[in-house]
Amino acid sequence: MLIFEHSRPGRRNYSQAPITEAEKSNIPKNLLRKSPPLLPEVSEMDTVRHYTRLSQKNFSIDTEFYPLGSCTMKYNPRACNSLAMLPQFLARHPLAPEDTGQGFMACMYELQEILKDVTGMAGVSLTPMAGAQGELIGVMMIRAYHEARGDTQRTEIIIPDAAHGTNPATAVMCGYKVVEIATDKEGDVDMDALKAAVGPQTAGLMLTNPSTLGVFEKNVSEMSRIVHEAGGLLYYDGANLNAVLGKVKPGDMGFDVIHINLHKTFSTPHGGGGPGAAPVGVAERLLPYLPIPTVAKTEKGDYRWLTEKDLPKSIGRLSAHMGNAGVLLRAYIYVRLLGFDGMHRISEFATLNANYLMARLSEAGFEIAYPTRRASHEFIVTLKEIKDRTGVTAMNLAKRLLDKGYHAPTTYFPILVPECLLIEPAETESKETLDAFVAAMKEILVEIKEQPDMVKGAPHNMPLRKLDDVKAARELDLTWKPAS
Amino acid sequence: MPFIPHTEEDIAEMLAKIGANSIEELFDEIPPALKSGKLTRVPAGLTEMEITRLMLERAQADGFYSNFIGAGAYEHHIPAAVWQITTRGEFYSSYTPYQAEASQGTLQLLYEFQTMMASLTGMDVSNASLYDGASALAEAALMAVRQHKTSRRILIPKTAHPNYRKVLRAIVSNQQIEVVEIPFCEESGQVLVEQIEQFGQEEFAALVIPQPNFFGVLEQVDALTNWAHQKNALVIAVVNPMSLALLTPPGEWGDRGADIAVGEGQPLGIPLSSGGPYFGFMTCKDELVRQMPGRIIGRTVDLDNKPGFVLTLQAREQHIRRSKATSNICTNQGLMVTAATIYMSLLGPDGLRRVAAQSHANTLSLVEKLEKLPGVKKTFSAPFFHEAAITLPGPVAEILQALKAQHILGGLSLDEFYPGQGNTLLVCATETKTKADLDRYVDVLGQILKK
Repeated sequence: MLIFEHSRPGRRNYSQAPITEAEKSNIPKNLLRKSPPLLPEVSEMDTVRHYTRLSQKNFSIDTEFYPLGSCTMKYNPRACNSLAMLPQFLARHPLAPEDTGQGFMACMYELQEILKDVTGMAGVSLTPMAGAQGELIGVMMIRAYHEARGDTQRTEIIIPDAAHGTNPATAVMCGYKVVEIATDKEGDVDMDALKAAVGPQTAGLMLTNPSTLGVFEKNVSEMSRIVHEAGGLLYYDGANLNAVLGKVKPGDMGFDVIHINLHKTFSTPHGGGGPGAAPVGVAERLLPYLPIPTVAKTEKGDYRWLTEKDLPKSIGRLSAHMGNAGVLLRAYIYVRLLGFDGMHRISEFATLNANYLMARLSEAGFEIAYPTRRASHEFIVTLKEIKDRTGVTAMNLAKRLLDKGYHAPTTYFPILVPECLLIEPAETESKETLDAFVAAMKEILVEIKEQPDMVKGAPHNMPLRKLDDVKAARELDLTWKPAS
Repeated sequence: MPFIPHTEEDIAEMLAKIGANSIEELFDEIPPALKSGKLTRVPAGLTEMEITRLMLERAQADGFYSNFIGAGAYEHHIPAAVWQITTRGEFYSSYTPYQAEASQGTLQLLYEFQTMMASLTGMDVSNASLYDGASALAEAALMAVRQHKTSRRILIPKTAHPNYRKVLRAIVSNQQIEVVEIPFCEESGQVLVEQIEQFGQEEFAALVIPQPNFFGVLEQVDALTNWAHQKNALVIAVVNPMSLALLTPPGEWGDRGADIAVGEGQPLGIPLSSGGPYFGFMTCKDELVRQMPGRIIGRTVDLDNKPGFVLTLQAREQHIRRSKATSNICTNQGLMVTAATIYMSLLGPDGLRRVAAQSHANTLSLVEKLEKLPGVKKTFSAPFFHEAAITLPGPVAEILQALKAQHILGGLSLDEFYPGQGNTLLVCATETKTKADLDRYVDVLGQILKK
């Protein structure tokens, strides 16, 4: 049932709004609303019950193992939430004077410094509100850099075919043409394709390392040299930073600009699809272009915002205020809980879990897409052979996993591997959980052999069976309408 | 090891299965020259008790103030149930609902949100949110240009939020879109059709209409909407969702209604929280839905014909269309929308109206009281919603300092955004302010002005 179907005319919550309606008004009649909006008229208990029940129809990290590749579904510590929601932090207005927010700003300044260290970059701005906005800001800085040098012939951004869809979409939003390059048999970027693509028209290369194929680009230093010699810059998509945190710094790999998905590596909640936060880090030559505001520490030891006046070459402002401040606070608390040695452990145990799970699934009879490689924090299983033989697809297997109480891995991404499952078991998962997941995968393998049609019809144990996406797109029903 | 469950025994067994001697060996594909040394600027780890103490100290250092600043972020009462439900692990720690059968909770909630926002704004359809109000405006401008096809020129009045104008410029200038700022009447604080006629002589893709505008003033939305439509341009409304409990929704502006409505969703149950996370909303007319960026939820059926919800029209999005997507946007602000949906359910049409009406009445009372102080007057003549510009007899910056010493954040000096307006104060009193709060504000300000 929808919340609107619980609604009864005249029912309301007396404690939640002013008791009487204020009559004092100077709004001209022609500007007044004529009919009330379609909001439900329900009691507080109706509301609490309805949304509690809805929550129970979700899979979540708190209730299920969530091996979703490239999403880093790790445990979100409760302290990060409760301390970021201290009442003084929640009450602080974004335009309140700096001296009334020194506690908050100290956290932001320290987070900037920590992220500089972790990434090996010279400067950081915390403002981007999601990975895709971090990318947009990063590519805007690349563009600003070339333009400031009068180097306006650079019209192309090179992107490997394994990249997230946001990479090419971002390059286009920045007015660039996308040149896609292929991946070789080992899962690395095809170096000949890169050499052929690079030239005086190259503005930059966007790279995820470890890549979305779950392998470390061994030739990254050579790639960096090739792109830099042609006058282009290197962009690091930090989606997979969890795999190398404390082991290798993007700055040391030669990257000029990076975004860090705090909702992945720094454990801020995914929240059913946001809010994220994706600070950008830059090398020395891009420092003047960082988006505003950033936080500076003065000689007296207090904190202030840097704006256009301090950073006249900045690419500007990309959010109304200071980005997703509350998310940044959660990430800060997380880093302080873990400390410097905890940072190394993230990548170590994420990598241990991934390689263990890869070994066990391989042993169980699943085909690993890049069997000669180490898994980074994730790896790919391909069901191509199974599909050719039985007709069962990666999506069928994914839905069958839901029946067994596991969230599905990422399916059909990266698109260059047919019938793929991208599997990422984050460092917070125990060996028992991984073993139980392997057991479920083995069961499905038997089911595929014995009852392939049952697997093709999955899910069977969820509140709903497979939903009709085609109908949803053809007969658009995007809002509820009362029966008339 | 914080948040890592592995025992020594687990580690040994796992390495044996992998066939590696140590965890470090698992990093053997990284060229040794690239390996980094210790982190030097990350402090040692804290226990939960220690970090709690540190954060409490920092929060207490920031303290509480009686806040009269609005300017795009508004203090409203947030019912206790809103965040208690929103932070349930099943909402807080779930991912984007790609696996529909395992995400019906989030999907149904988003469908309800779309219904509420479409109705509140008087439009046909809504997406599932964007990052914030400012970036939503930029996305609306890109959408209008895609739809208009022949013009890449956007008109936006100087009465629109200055930071929104900056964000708009920063984002759309990447695509050679021209942003033209148009003037307002300095007497009324409104955009007047007769003053902007010259800007319409050249073709433009869209006119942005803020309601209320940055000064809190109500624009003549019907006349402006009709003017833009006569010039064959689209109308992008930038609205405060709380105000729409009282004000004409954008879908009913002028003869044909606005084409796209966007705004900052923060007033609907989201704490001020130093500026974020908030959420941007976007609603539009049916014929524009395929140009809309961001997630959209649709109702459909399962194999047994039972109703359910899925992400739909995904062919617009980056993970399918890559370089041909309507936007690079990936996530929305799901958790904030969860809070806003619960907030709107708790308040209902009547509660929301009471909050809006009280906020309007409080600001009206405050302005009346302030106007009785010598040398203080309203800056603009036109009616306003719950925020107003006030001209003071001296520099606002100094007066705000003195108010702050009395634990009052008295508003915003307009000087930062409108150079030369150093004596103009932007002030807002929502439903959270009592008569005693208003009286104290006026008393303290009176004392300061006497000195």
